[in-house]
Amino acid sequence: MNRINKIFKEKKNNILSIYYTAGYPGLGDTVAIAAALEKAGADMLEIGFPYSDPVADGPVIQASSKLSLDQGMDLNLLFEQLKELRKTVTIPVLLMGYVNPVLQYGVERFCKACAEVGVDGCIVPDLPMVEYEEFYKDVFLKYGLSNIFLVTPQTSVERIRKIDSLSNGFIYLLSSSATTGQNLQVSDTTEAYFSRIADLKLTNPTMIGFGISSKETFDKACKYANGGIIGTAFVKAIEAGNLEENIEAFMTKFTS
Amino acid sequence: MNYFVNEKGYYGDFGGAYIPEMLYPNVEELRQNYLKIIEDAAFQKEFHALLKDYVGRPSPLYLAKRLSKKYNANIFLKREDLNHTGAHKINNTIGQILLAEKLGKKRIIAETGAGQHGVATATVCALRGLECVVYMGEIDIQRQAPNVARMKMLGAKVISAVSGSKTLKDATNEAMRDWINNPVDTHYIIGSVVGPHPYPDMVAIFQSIISEETKKQLTEQTGNDQPDYVLACVGGGSNAMGMFYHFINDENVKLIAIEAAGKGVSTGFSAATTFLGKEGVLHGSRSILMQTADGQVVEPHSVSAGLDYPGIGPQHAHLFKTTRAAYVSVTDNEALDAGLLCTQMEGIIPAIESAHALAHLEKMKFKGGENVVVCLSGRGDKDMDTYMKHFGF
Repeated sequence: MNRINKIFKEKKNNILSIYYTAGYPGLGDTVAIAAALEKAGADMLEIGFPYSDPVADGPVIQASSKLSLDQGMDLNLLFEQLKELRKTVTIPVLLMGYVNPVLQYGVERFCKACAEVGVDGCIVPDLPMVEYEEFYKDVFLKYGLSNIFLVTPQTSVERIRKIDSLSNGFIYLLSSSATTGQNLQVSDTTEAYFSRIADLKLTNPTMIGFGISSKETFDKACKYANGGIIGTAFVKAIEAGNLEENIEAFMTKFTS
Repeated sequence: MNYFVNEKGYYGDFGGAYIPEMLYPNVEELRQNYLKIIEDAAFQKEFHALLKDYVGRPSPLYLAKRLSKKYNANIFLKREDLNHTGAHKINNTIGQILLAEKLGKKRIIAETGAGQHGVATATVCALRGLECVVYMGEIDIQRQAPNVARMKMLGAKVISAVSGSKTLKDATNEAMRDWINNPVDTHYIIGSVVGPHPYPDMVAIFQSIISEETKKQLTEQTGNDQPDYVLACVGGGSNAMGMFYHFINDENVKLIAIEAAGKGVSTGFSAATTFLGKEGVLHGSRSILMQTADGQVVEPHSVSAGLDYPGIGPQHAHLFKTTRAAYVSVTDNEALDAGLLCTQMEGIIPAIESAHALAHLEKMKFKGGENVVVCLSGRGDKDMDTYMKHFGF
């Protein structure tokens, strides 16, 4: 069983997923961060592969991507680094990034490399559902990879149903229609949106992301979904100083 | 061969809508409504009335006699430089502002490189009383100060894009981010035939007024609506697509798109996309773009800020791949020389973008009597600094 499916089977709630950018803050930190996050209590990881033109990201993640690229990160190097991953890390790992680097690497080659290094799924925000279904779904399935789709407050019920039918991991609920790094504001409107999704009784579990930066916002996310995804706040936290200490201090806020 | 968009939003292998889910509702709203709105008789009436009385259309098709003699062909210049705001960009912004109103949008955003599209957008927002925010790369803001002042005077807020290379590509990213963060009340007026479907088709339709008029004017002046050659410069490619549009299915009309070679295609300072690029996805569509082997977008270079873009619109990629149009390039210096030549032989100072198209005439061999249309996409006022520095005036 895919590790993503396994975690949602074993742990129904309070699943804590952490996003970080590969090759940041140091080019060689990718696997060490994964290991430290697992040790500190993360349930799932999203490793971002950097792109020069990340339109869905806010300034913090964009800056981390730029530094990573400047330091020499690319998909070849990332897969090289990830060969070490499964020696220490057992929790589910996803890769997150934009479609152009995947297309240039080759979709089949990319999926194969993911499977070989023990990556369980992918999040490619600018890969349209219709393209995925027509061209790439079979390749993803062949290598046992989950493809995770995003849902926003503006996504129609019909489209959410379609996304659910194409998904085999979880569905990524955006707390608002926004780029990364905004604060999660649980207003009546977002509450209604989260409840609406909960009422749909989707086949796939859900995770809420974008805007989760504190225990309080994480708990709010867990009230409406199986867990929460933290990105910007974590990337900010490891910007400077001792990596391991920063990770431990950051994670204690959520796990204690 | 079909050179136009299919029902799925593709031109052959190119096009589509590669956008994050956050943009899906906006783009889908446009996709479902744009043709219905544009084809509506009341919309057409208002659009054409504004083009006539506000923009100053039809723009003349001018037979440039001295250039014609020099090149041994009939060189016709389609005078988009005479449009209000000084370039073809206004054809598209007039169309899109009317469309935004029909969609009930209250706020307009745009990206701009040289500032021509930003000025055209700020102009139509002032005309219709809509809030306007223009994203412009920090470096472009510095090198295009008069256009920044124009936009501000027109009431637009100009936001400096400080990410990446701080030029047009990054201004486009910032505008897309703004749209993601303001999905309900905002319309994004993209300035070229790029972006997710339906933008390339929509912008081409608005710009197609150029070739529609040219056909009528050619018939009046030559008795034939089909010239031998049609030339236009290509950055993203909106003036070229407007200039080609009604000639695309006239297979005996040779279409030539001129890209900016910058300092030379092999120098590392170039914007010759079809020569240096390969297939990929940028700003929401699959096209041809300049990129590294790893799929990171490469920063282009051109003396002309309007051609300084690492990709081309998906319809251009299709015309290139099917060889329906020829894609060639000229260097910064060749373009500047052609701009000076046009100025001194015809009394018309062209935008450096348009001077790229003119420069290709030097490389063509005519047997005499051929009819050649060159899209003079904009005027050179904005480029005086560059001309002055280069020629030492």
